[in-house]
Amino acid sequence: MSRARAWREALPVGAVAGALLLVAVVVLVSAGADLRTALSALWIGSLGSRYALLSATLVRATPLILLGLSVTLAFRAGVLNIGAEGQFIAGASAGGAVALATAAVLPGPVSLLVALTTGVVAGGVWAAVAAELRRRFGVLEVISTLMLNFIALYGVSYLVHGPLQEPTHVYPQSATLPMVARLPFVFDGQRLHVGFILAVLLGLALWYVFARTAAGFRIRITGAGAAAAASAGAVDTARVSFLAFIASGAIAGGAGAVEVTGVTYTLFERISPGYGYSAIAVALLARLHPVAVIGAGVFFGALEAGAAAMQRDAGVPSQFASILEALAILGVLAVDRLRARRQEAAP
Amino acid sequence: MSDPALSLRGVSKRFGRTLALDGAELHVQPGTIHALLGENGAGKSTLMRIAFGELRADDGVVALAGTNREWSSSADAIAVGIGMVHQHFTLVPALTVAENVALGDRGFWGGYTPARAAERVRKIGTQTGLVLDPTARVADLSVGAQQRLEIVKALARNARVLILDEPTAVLSPRESAELYGWLREFVAGGGTGILITHKLREALTLADDVTVLRHGRTVLQSAVSEVTEASVVTALLGDARGPRVGSARRSPRGMRTDAPVVELRRVSMKDARGVLRLREATVAVCAGEILGVAGIEGAGQFDLLRILAGRRAPSSGTVTLPSRIGFVPEDRLRDAIVPTMSPAENVALHDARHFRGHMPWRELESEAVAIIAEYDVRPTDSATIGALSGGNQQKFVLGRELRGSPQLLVVENPTRGLDIRAAAFVLDRIRSAQDSGCAVIVYSSDLDELLTLAERMLVCHAGEVREVPVEMEAIGRAMVGIT
Amino acid sequence: MSATSAFAEAVVRVATPLAYAALGELVVERAGIINIGLEGSIIAGAYGALVFAGHGGAIFGVAGALLAGILLATLFAVFVLVLRADQIITGTAISMLALGTTGALYQTMYGSVGAALTTPTFAPMVIPGLSSLPVVGRALFAQPVMTYPLYLLFPILAWWLYRTADGLALRAVGEKPSAAAAAGISVSRVQWLALLFGGAMGGLSGATLVLAQAGTFLEGMSAGRGFIAIAIVALGRWTPLGVAGAVLLFGAAGALQFLAQAMAWPIPYSISLATPYVFTLVVLAVARGRAVAPVALGAHRE
Repeated sequence: MSRARAWREALPVGAVAGALLLVAVVVLVSAGADLRTALSALWIGSLGSRYALLSATLVRATPLILLGLSVTLAFRAGVLNIGAEGQFIAGASAGGAVALATAAVLPGPVSLLVALTTGVVAGGVWAAVAAELRRRFGVLEVISTLMLNFIALYGVSYLVHGPLQEPTHVYPQSATLPMVARLPFVFDGQRLHVGFILAVLLGLALWYVFARTAAGFRIRITGAGAAAAASAGAVDTARVSFLAFIASGAIAGGAGAVEVTGVTYTLFERISPGYGYSAIAVALLARLHPVAVIGAGVFFGALEAGAAAMQRDAGVPSQFASILEALAILGVLAVDRLRARRQEAAP
Repeated sequence: MSDPALSLRGVSKRFGRTLALDGAELHVQPGTIHALLGENGAGKSTLMRIAFGELRADDGVVALAGTNREWSSSADAIAVGIGMVHQHFTLVPALTVAENVALGDRGFWGGYTPARAAERVRKIGTQTGLVLDPTARVADLSVGAQQRLEIVKALARNARVLILDEPTAVLSPRESAELYGWLREFVAGGGTGILITHKLREALTLADDVTVLRHGRTVLQSAVSEVTEASVVTALLGDARGPRVGSARRSPRGMRTDAPVVELRRVSMKDARGVLRLREATVAVCAGEILGVAGIEGAGQFDLLRILAGRRAPSSGTVTLPSRIGFVPEDRLRDAIVPTMSPAENVALHDARHFRGHMPWRELESEAVAIIAEYDVRPTDSATIGALSGGNQQKFVLGRELRGSPQLLVVENPTRGLDIRAAAFVLDRIRSAQDSGCAVIVYSSDLDELLTLAERMLVCHAGEVREVPVEMEAIGRAMVGIT
Repeated sequence: MSATSAFAEAVVRVATPLAYAALGELVVERAGIINIGLEGSIIAGAYGALVFAGHGGAIFGVAGALLAGILLATLFAVFVLVLRADQIITGTAISMLALGTTGALYQTMYGSVGAALTTPTFAPMVIPGLSSLPVVGRALFAQPVMTYPLYLLFPILAWWLYRTADGLALRAVGEKPSAAAAAGISVSRVQWLALLFGGAMGGLSGATLVLAQAGTFLEGMSAGRGFIAIAIVALGRWTPLGVAGAVLLFGAAGALQFLAQAMAWPIPYSISLATPYVFTLVVLAVARGRAVAPVALGAHRE
């Protein structure tokens, strides 16, 4: 990518981010919050201390980055997978169940590895249902992944009320993972777990795949110009998007397993507070660039951590973060489309 | 003589830099069938879309029965009794016959009910012989029945002047005969028919009058009784006959061999609906030879060229192709490039299936640079291919497809949309490919271009492929189905 | 009251808000658009109902819900029809925006842990005679007034869709916009109107939740009904009659817990809730071959 092109890509993102900040201030003022208290809470709660960064922001960012990468992979291949939410839950459930079952019999690291792998496979399988429905029956993946999100949601609800419920049968959640089956922390005394490092590595790896490898190139041309990929490149675009769809689900499933073994240590219904949908905002704000997804994930992680602090200290409604996420998506869409129209009108 | 039913005087229309119509004239007497003839791109469809209110003329007058008219949309033209049957149908496949006829009716309460719409279809059927089952889904109808439905739609809006754009292009001979029989009755009953067609002989048998357009101008207006087939062909094609100055079809050079590198034997192709698009085509091309292909739209060349380029498998027959094939398709933006990507990425597009492991971007980038330099693509530093003009995109695609010296090059409309310099450049490069031993197959809707390039000519007509002498008249006649 | 008639009543109660939402989505999808932002119209409608009902009673609340639902649909339409942005991404963002904004507004205006705010509601309206029909009598005819318009809306929509010129125009737009345009129909006008209608129906769905059922607003109380509506429309194979049946099926799934409790059946609640989604996927797969979805559904038009 040339420097001029990079700037052209980055500029609208900057514009959107600026507009978001403005909206944020307006929302805060209209919510009657004391701006000074609120903004200071936002800063302190997100990036303002070592603890905020390493125990809140980056912990929140981890699932957002992983799911953002999942969405990025699918969208880049021209697959409108809005099922990251369901694939995440599938991965969390399967990974959590396996971790609970094996922690007692297998050595810790092995159990952990098996759990994470199971999560990846479960997410892939969950996506494969929609991918197969699309390939074989022409079912729109938008509808099928949405259905599968609900099925996953009710599935985990069943599990934590039934077979996986904790031994006392009081709370709708699973038993807690023993220490050996948990992802290790990166720093002593901070909640940041190695899942974050995995997410960053995956972002870099995906960037490498897109930029440098033949498979990544085929994914990109399938999404950007399927007819040309098939005609000029003789690429089997149906197969490429099928595999990318499943890989996208696998990443989301892995994210679920990471969340259970790294953050919650237990499975419950609201294991995902809408991460799968926020991830669309993350991926779009990053303009489907894997490395930028890391940045966008941290940005939204900071926003969510800061929003929690603002609610605690300044009484700002906790939905603050999700409103900004939604506005970010709409902002990017508007800027993109207006620019595209200008280009269409130009020649 | 009464006022013409429809009169177009001095009509001009410009699309961007192309002048599609240049003071064209058409005068249609009531109660007659009028044939409107012309080569591809002569301006026939544009003229008729202006008459139907779908396009606005830059200049000129549309008059209906002696009164000047201005249309703001086709609804205005429909309201005063003009109907048009487009070459590409405007039917909704999922709806029924009756629903398609009623489509566009207004009103929440009044007007439409399924029963009334069905009744209307039946009534038109008994009055005109265009019988259709009103409850049938359009998707289940044969092409001939869909054609009838398009006419019924126009008649349901009381069309008295009916414009038919290539109505028989997709019909079987029997269906064509039925349609023409009906058209005769329609004009005998006081209606007026305008027939846009490439099929010269049919037109001259059926029509009362004929108008010929060439390059947007009216070059012949006459009663059919006063013309001969030969005089109409002359008007269609102009005075150019045979090889012209500068066409320089050259004698084969050293690289020529007699063993064909491309061979099709009795190759047939059916489309998704099972209609035969290509019938038992047999083609052979040798190295160092340029084979021209001509045909009116929908005559089967689209499938033929894709089979020759190895992009599509035939329904039956045997195909022998070399391993290295370059293909420059007609629709560049859709089929040849990814506009949002860089030149190097678009170079890689060509071999996309064959790459393994790492992409050799460094090499691809220098190849892109080389193509851009060698093929004079400007500007040389464009970030994306989409930012280039059409001519420069075409040069780039040609350069890419000729990279690695293919044994076969298949090109569709190599110079469409290009300015003169770019066009000359592209033709020159095609010739040098030939000189270096590449077998070249060129399709073009511009016969002059084929005459300057081709050593042998194939013409497609209604799915049949025939070899003809490389002469304007022979090609023109074969394209319109005169053997 | 017997377990069966209690179950039947619960089915209708659960189905009512779903029915409005699905009715709206049906019209929108027949115009060739998938509006995932319908969820936004529902939650906005619920919030609008709360605010307006607080000022002028339940009827006024319905007006507020309509207004809020249409407002969200307008936002969607501007992005999708004017800017030609992707329908799915726009819809997702609009749902997020509406869920977040209504939650934040509720907390700001009424306090986050304040006493549960109650609004004027519609009491059940018992229709004499009809309500004494066996089994289904009370279920169908002793419901809050919000339920009754639906008994008319479904047949009217079926009639309008298949028996009027405008209904025909709507179907043609969803199937083949180019052919509709060639017949003199303004495609974008039809799609605009369809979206606004869909938004209004989403608003009514939200109004039902607040004014006829909960009697208060809860954050995120739309609970995915906008997405369920998309499943219902697909399961109902894009026809009013089919959608009515699918609405009842989803209603039954939601109400099954009442019956299961009464009969002491060991059916986990979540399994019964998940069943219709699985069923929908199966129907979508089996429906292949006979094209039932509008052909241009979700198509990105330039």
